[in-house]
Amino acid sequence: MIWSPDYETLDAPALARVQGERLGRLVDVLYRRVPFYRKKMEKAAVGPQDIQGIGDIQRLPFTTKDEMRDVYPYGLLAVDLRDIVEIHTSSGTTGKPVVDAYTAADIDIWSEAMARTLSSGGTTRHDIVQNAYGYGLFTGGLGVHYGARRIGATVIPISGGNTKRQLAVLRDFKSTILTCTPSYSLFLAEAAQEDGLDLGGLGLKAGFFGAEPWSESMRTEIEGKLKLLSIDIYGLTEIIGPGVAMECECHEGMHVNEDHFFPEVIDPATGAVLPDGQKGELVITTLTKDGTPVLRYRTRDITYLDHRPCACGRTTVRMHRVLGRTDDMLIIRGVNVFPSQIEEVILGVEGVEPHYQLVVDRREQLDELEVQVEMNDAVFSDEIRNLEQVERKIEAELYAALNIHTRVRLVEPRTIARSEGKARRIIDKRTLEEAHG
Amino acid sequence: MSVRQISVFLENARGRLAQVTQTLAREKINIRALSLADTSDFGVLRIIVNNPDRCLTVLKAGGFVAQVTEVIAVEVEDAPGGLARILEVLDQDNVNVEYMYAYVEKSRDNAIVICRIDDRERALQVLEKNGITTLGADALKAL
Repeated sequence: MIWSPDYETLDAPALARVQGERLGRLVDVLYRRVPFYRKKMEKAAVGPQDIQGIGDIQRLPFTTKDEMRDVYPYGLLAVDLRDIVEIHTSSGTTGKPVVDAYTAADIDIWSEAMARTLSSGGTTRHDIVQNAYGYGLFTGGLGVHYGARRIGATVIPISGGNTKRQLAVLRDFKSTILTCTPSYSLFLAEAAQEDGLDLGGLGLKAGFFGAEPWSESMRTEIEGKLKLLSIDIYGLTEIIGPGVAMECECHEGMHVNEDHFFPEVIDPATGAVLPDGQKGELVITTLTKDGTPVLRYRTRDITYLDHRPCACGRTTVRMHRVLGRTDDMLIIRGVNVFPSQIEEVILGVEGVEPHYQLVVDRREQLDELEVQVEMNDAVFSDEIRNLEQVERKIEAELYAALNIHTRVRLVEPRTIARSEGKARRIIDKRTLEEAHG
Repeated sequence: MSVRQISVFLENARGRLAQVTQTLAREKINIRALSLADTSDFGVLRIIVNNPDRCLTVLKAGGFVAQVTEVIAVEVEDAPGGLARILEVLDQDNVNVEYMYAYVEKSRDNAIVICRIDDRERALQVLEKNGITTLGADALKAL
């Protein structure tokens, strides 16, 4: 279901015209009102007069997360503080948080983007949305909330965690839509199973899963256990929160709401814009935001774009599900590896579940990657030989797919930290030691 | 006749075996025979208990990965060459033993050995043909 056909099905020239006009206005505002951006533009010898169409975006400078942190808290404001109605921030786990300040018009855009998102998985005003994203400074909870309200659906703002209550609400209120991180959806399914509750039989229609990368095999697992249509959603606090891009029922990439959030993919080393199909770093410009607009933000997410038409009828560009992070990328003995690639391989091995952890260490100057995979009933055998075969099989498949030697180790179930939010997948002992030194 | 054995997956971590035995002790489950096979990473504990169904339930509830395997309890003459004879008989008929371990108690004057054999039906035929006694769960319990 398409929420805003006027924009989501625009033909390419009309869309480019809208984007060009919006970019021109944005650059004009940023140049006049935000010293941070004016300085960057002056340094790049570019100004509002240089922006004649969306193609001119390539003349503008990039913005990095570190630069945004440097002007914490209010250095990115393009309006008076009295016009700001709501503030969110990134988690700040790796440093000062990035501030996203919204005007009433920004909240309106956010609601629109999230109404499009929830509609793409079939949400209507008749649905009950169990929103298990965290409410608070994190954008997930309120983003979904605003979108569901815009559609007119019933929102249950249960927020994250409290698994027992999540299950009770699912059962008693007969929620039809679930929104949470993909790993939490599996956590819920496991907990339900332990309670003897059939999560697949409760009437859930669709789930909107985001805030962490996941894979096609994890989708199979989720859809199998929860019996619903799963939709991958993409967004980030630095841009607006969720609502930047979402899958449609075709599951062939995420449609970017590019009339608001203009995407480019660049070579992270040179900054050159890459054509469709080539993997690189996603860069996003907010074309319509008033409070804290962002120019060519380097997301550090790795993906590629696809402008071909989609069977769902939307004409907006699609981005492939996030393949990894430029800063999550593991370099194992010189080979670039993304955890998502390892996950694909592990889940391709029969019986193995998506509970794994990667431990990178350096021994005698050589990187070693240990892949810990949780044991389960389907893989277990009373014969050591069979268990070792499972380990060797995963190692062989990892080598075949990624050309890296790994050491696979079966571990007991639930030994891998499975937080109620994002699963912790990588332990890099190499950096830990450097940090302590 | 065959016997039900419980196998448990254990990481090679301190205290894991103790946790299994404590779990069983709390539930008054008695271990009658035991074997632990291990690699540098993990081990598999195999036990014969007085109540396999209950044992499996409590272990799973305790978060362990465990399963039931059918094994054979063979009476072995408690004298030099007793075990050799049985293995010879099986070998002659190309029956391959995956692993084996001793049972705690004796049956009359004979020792008892627990054998895991993939082709259990054929192994039972071969043993019977050669006059070797196997014990069922009830016989073990009665010891």
